[in-house]
Amino acid sequence: MTPTIRIQSAPFDPAHEAALIEEGRRDIGAVVSFTGLCRDEDGALSALELEHYPGMAEAEIARVAEEALARWPLQALTIIHRHGRILPGEKIVLVIAAARHRGEAFAAAEFLMDYLKTRAPFWKKEHRADGSVGDWVEAKAKDDAAAERWRK
Amino acid sequence: MKAFYFAWVRERVGRAEEDLSPPPEVATVGELIAWLKTRDETYAAAFENAAVIRAALDKAHVRHEAPIAGAREIAFFPPMTGG
Repeated sequence: MTPTIRIQSAPFDPAHEAALIEEGRRDIGAVVSFTGLCRDEDGALSALELEHYPGMAEAEIARVAEEALARWPLQALTIIHRHGRILPGEKIVLVIAAARHRGEAFAAAEFLMDYLKTRAPFWKKEHRADGSVGDWVEAKAKDDAAAERWRK
Repeated sequence: MKAFYFAWVRERVGRAEEDLSPPPEVATVGELIAWLKTRDETYAAAFENAAVIRAALDKAHVRHEAPIAGAREIAFFPPMTGG
């Protein structure tokens, strides 16, 4: 099974991506979809600028996907990550995992998001609602901890 | 070798990419950072807290102890905040 991996600036439609996975299949029992959105932080944020490392983003997400496929018997996998300017309410990242049973699909989707957070070469910069350019978002220790727990 | 800088490392260095020709005694990623810091105050400031800066060789994550021999491309960036 070859995962679908896309790095793009354009918006995506989770329902459409899930339909592509399910179309014509009679063997899939569970589809878990995770969508990450841009928050406005209680009105303080006007946009996020997502910088990425072209080439490595695709390669690193493919490596993470291979790790997921080695751990769980997935029947389909789609990962989409946007870059560029993203407005509050817009979607940033999509992971859809399909498997025979829900446990595998849930676990794989969570593993993929935990690993993407700490390994995919993307960086968020804040644009504030008052028009000023804000700070680079700092990596959170809890994201490292979330990725670390899968090593046990 | 080609060097790429991302996010606040890029902003502090003041450029997104450049060609680097380190002397032969620079063998590892960490030694390359130390050599960059000797170039001028801009690099010294950008790499001041070297321990937090992540590196990739030919588009794969590496630790600072990794040898750079044979690599065509090195990148420096802060911890990732995608997802």
